[in-house]
Amino acid sequence: MSPESAIGSEENHFRRIVIIWVVLSVVLDLLFWFLVGPHVPPGRMTSTAKDNQFDFNVLMVIGLPVVIGVWEWLGYAAVKWNVKRKDMPESVGGPGAAGNKRTEVSWIVITTFVVLCLAVFGTIALYAGNGSGSGEGPNPILQPAGAVKAETAALAGTGSWSPNSNEVLPVQVIAQQWKFTYRYPTFGGFESPDLIVPDNTEIAFNVTSLDVIHSFWAYQLEVKADANPMQNNVAFTKTEQLGNFEVRCSELCGIWHGAMFNPGKVVSESAFMTWATTTESTNATNTANLAPFAWTYVPDANGAAGGYYPDGNVTPYSTVEIYGSKQPS
Amino acid sequence: MTTSVEAGVEAPEPPAFIDPRKGAGGWLSQHVGTAIVCGFLGYILGHWLGNYIGSAYPYIANSGQNSLTDFLALLFMVTGWLLGIGALNYPLAKIVGREAKGEVQYTGWTRYFRYNLDHKVVGIQYVVGVLLFFFTGGLLAMAIRTELLNPTVHVFSADTYIKIVSEHGTIMMMMASSVIVGPLGNYFVPLMIGARRMAFPRIEAFSLWTFIAGYFVIFSALAYGGFPTGWTGYAPLQTQAGPGMVSYLFGFAVISVGMMTAGFNLAVTIINYRAPGMTWSRVPVFVWSIIATAALLTLASPVLTAAGLFGLLDKVDQTAFYVTEHGGSSYLWENLFWFFGHPEVYIMALPGFGIVGEIIPVFCRKPLFAYRIAAAGMIGVALLSFFVWQHHLFQSGIDPDMRPLFMLTTELISIPTGFIFLVGMGTLYKAKIRYEVPMLFCMAVYFNFLIGGVSGVFLSDVPVNVTVHGGFFVLSHFHYTIMGGLIFAFFAGLYFWLPKMTGRTMNKKLGLWHFWTMFVFFNLTFFPMFVIGMLGQPRRVFTYAKNLQTLNDFSSIAAFCLGASFLIFVANLMWSQFIAPQKAPANPWDSLGLEWQTATPIPAYNFERIPVIMTDPYHYSEEGAPELADFGHDPPVHASSFTARTDPNQYE
Repeated sequence: MSPESAIGSEENHFRRIVIIWVVLSVVLDLLFWFLVGPHVPPGRMTSTAKDNQFDFNVLMVIGLPVVIGVWEWLGYAAVKWNVKRKDMPESVGGPGAAGNKRTEVSWIVITTFVVLCLAVFGTIALYAGNGSGSGEGPNPILQPAGAVKAETAALAGTGSWSPNSNEVLPVQVIAQQWKFTYRYPTFGGFESPDLIVPDNTEIAFNVTSLDVIHSFWAYQLEVKADANPMQNNVAFTKTEQLGNFEVRCSELCGIWHGAMFNPGKVVSESAFMTWATTTESTNATNTANLAPFAWTYVPDANGAAGGYYPDGNVTPYSTVEIYGSKQPS
Repeated sequence: MTTSVEAGVEAPEPPAFIDPRKGAGGWLSQHVGTAIVCGFLGYILGHWLGNYIGSAYPYIANSGQNSLTDFLALLFMVTGWLLGIGALNYPLAKIVGREAKGEVQYTGWTRYFRYNLDHKVVGIQYVVGVLLFFFTGGLLAMAIRTELLNPTVHVFSADTYIKIVSEHGTIMMMMASSVIVGPLGNYFVPLMIGARRMAFPRIEAFSLWTFIAGYFVIFSALAYGGFPTGWTGYAPLQTQAGPGMVSYLFGFAVISVGMMTAGFNLAVTIINYRAPGMTWSRVPVFVWSIIATAALLTLASPVLTAAGLFGLLDKVDQTAFYVTEHGGSSYLWENLFWFFGHPEVYIMALPGFGIVGEIIPVFCRKPLFAYRIAAAGMIGVALLSFFVWQHHLFQSGIDPDMRPLFMLTTELISIPTGFIFLVGMGTLYKAKIRYEVPMLFCMAVYFNFLIGGVSGVFLSDVPVNVTVHGGFFVLSHFHYTIMGGLIFAFFAGLYFWLPKMTGRTMNKKLGLWHFWTMFVFFNLTFFPMFVIGMLGQPRRVFTYAKNLQTLNDFSSIAAFCLGASFLIFVANLMWSQFIAPQKAPANPWDSLGLEWQTATPIPAYNFERIPVIMTDPYHYSEEGAPELADFGHDPPVHASSFTARTDPNQYE
């Protein structure tokens, strides 16, 4: 084989790989985007579910060609460039095979460009989605309009929410081993084992824990926020569809972690109003016995089961409890 | 001083501190049996002491969880173990001002059961050690998949299940942090850089025996009733957990000391013990991967040691490092753990990259493509790995301002990781691939790690992370990187180098069966887990939604077959190493690597003369390529073209 034809065949290999790659990538990307994309879990029940599904699909459209490209290269090499005879292969090496500056620089430039685009895209999506349904800690920087007002009023016990008011609805999620309970500060701070939220409403989930770290994962709502003891972790989403959803704990919290889930429901705004006001009045006696509403609570320092108090009322160990009768000098 | 090197200098004598005595040694000398006895006695002594001290404090004595006793028992057990094996002979003699006796280095088969200072013996001891970890962890994985066959019918109680999950994760992570560095790194780094020994042979052996002690400590957790926290050990669940947690915390502290010392020794060896002419641009890529890993081991492990000791203090002495209501912070553990934990991920990935880079050129008969890019990729990954840990905390309620930054750093790390793919793809281009078992494993590493890497980009994106964090998606992701990358690379390395390590060649047919079953069933096990995760199954649950049963069953059955594929490996190992051994040629793959240019079995001090290195070992199929090295015997010296520093390999 003459050197010219060798170079020609080299170009052909590369060109063939690129053509197959482009065709496969375009076809699979289109198939994914139009056939699979709209059905990517967890669906489109809330603003964050919809936005994050879009983000996932964009990443897939970028990721698929990468996977196809490398796999195709491996497959092509495996089929085309293997030794079928038993003797040692002829020379294919030479100094040129040890590197190619143009290839190396192009690879670095392209991968860097793609990665930076991904980071910019992710950041824009995070900001545009008001935190995308993820826990932002006690002081969120990304939030819907009116969130601060609603949260402040809720803590002061002066919050209000009514159908079609476009106000943010704060809901407190209290995690403990091994269940979630929910408090509604705008409705007198009643506590409920059911998570019911109104449709077409911005919800502020204030997530905290009474014992170990849990994670509040409202699957179809696309909200996930760790529940930390003595910390409020706030996540936002806007409900956009009626229906049922699942709440699960997604951080290992002990033996019954696997059983820590409950169903929830998005209902119409008027139905929610009815449910909330009814529950507020029927639960009034129970609510009076609860710890006063606060963003975080402190477990009973002596470990008494179920006891918890607003942050600040810690009952410390006594020295006798710590040292027994032998007091340290 | 710059002098032209005269190759073939006289072979130095063995170091004075070693007494190379032939034979097997008597039963009364120190070996693994005495270590077990001393460990047992230490355990009893520590237990008694803990009870004695603890009885003075009602809050300990009446707690029903006397963690002080458990901690002291384990501490004394490990100390007894190290004392019994002989790891402390030298330091203790020095402490009391005596001249340390020379360590007796027996040459018989019993040396594999002793505190041996030969890196080749330590390497083989490590192989046995990591396989012990791996198969224990693997059996626990089978138990997990058995439980997940059905969402409502339970094989184990919820309590037992979570302990199995925790033990599986912890044992596998401990194993994975040493699986290549320990056996193959210790065995082959000196051979690849032309050294006759490690810089610190005692520290090397110490790291091995600490690693083995870690196995017993973490396994003791089951006897203590297990621990419920998974391998991440999050506080305050950790503080709340029973005495098994002490085994976890102390086990990680012990293992981290082993990792630190192993990394320190390897780094110093690579920096100082390279043969003349082994410049940084000629160092094999596997050695590059090991020095990058060694840096991570040395710098990241101490954080784990400290974090573990804080946790132990919380349990043993009622401090409150991680107890929020007493002024501590559960975030402290999360941050310390992941500040270690993310470099740890690359401690696992990098040696795999190194093995692939080392093996692919041999079976492609081509030079390694873009050698400098490969080295830069490994260094880049190692450096960046210290700046990404908070992506594990995206949903935890950390300062939200930090998240775009950690999203960026996490995504940046895919650039140097991509270098490794460029190197592999460039080397494969127009190669003449020989389908030997190690080569197949290497190609599988690229296939699997690609899925692991690309799924990692989804996890690094904060909005998408909301869906995939804490579920089976991330579980699948890290099994694709660690098992699909590292473990496949480990087997590539084992099939590739065992003929040099034992002088016996592995059976190819059984090797092919092992590879294809492992590859196929690995993918069938873990790929469905991406879907299971997207459909909302959280990690570490004993029950799940009914509609996910088909996928879980599919995954479980594939997992059982994956488990069975390792039986083929064990059969192959037994058959070809012990039952019907076939003598391996000195260089069965026609590799240019320096380690293959030695005789088989490798002489006690590796090289008869310190070789003078003349080029990197990747000039396959290159006409007129320079000779690899001058070994000081015929043919004569070829070292006129370079200058070198004073030979660092001479013993004092």
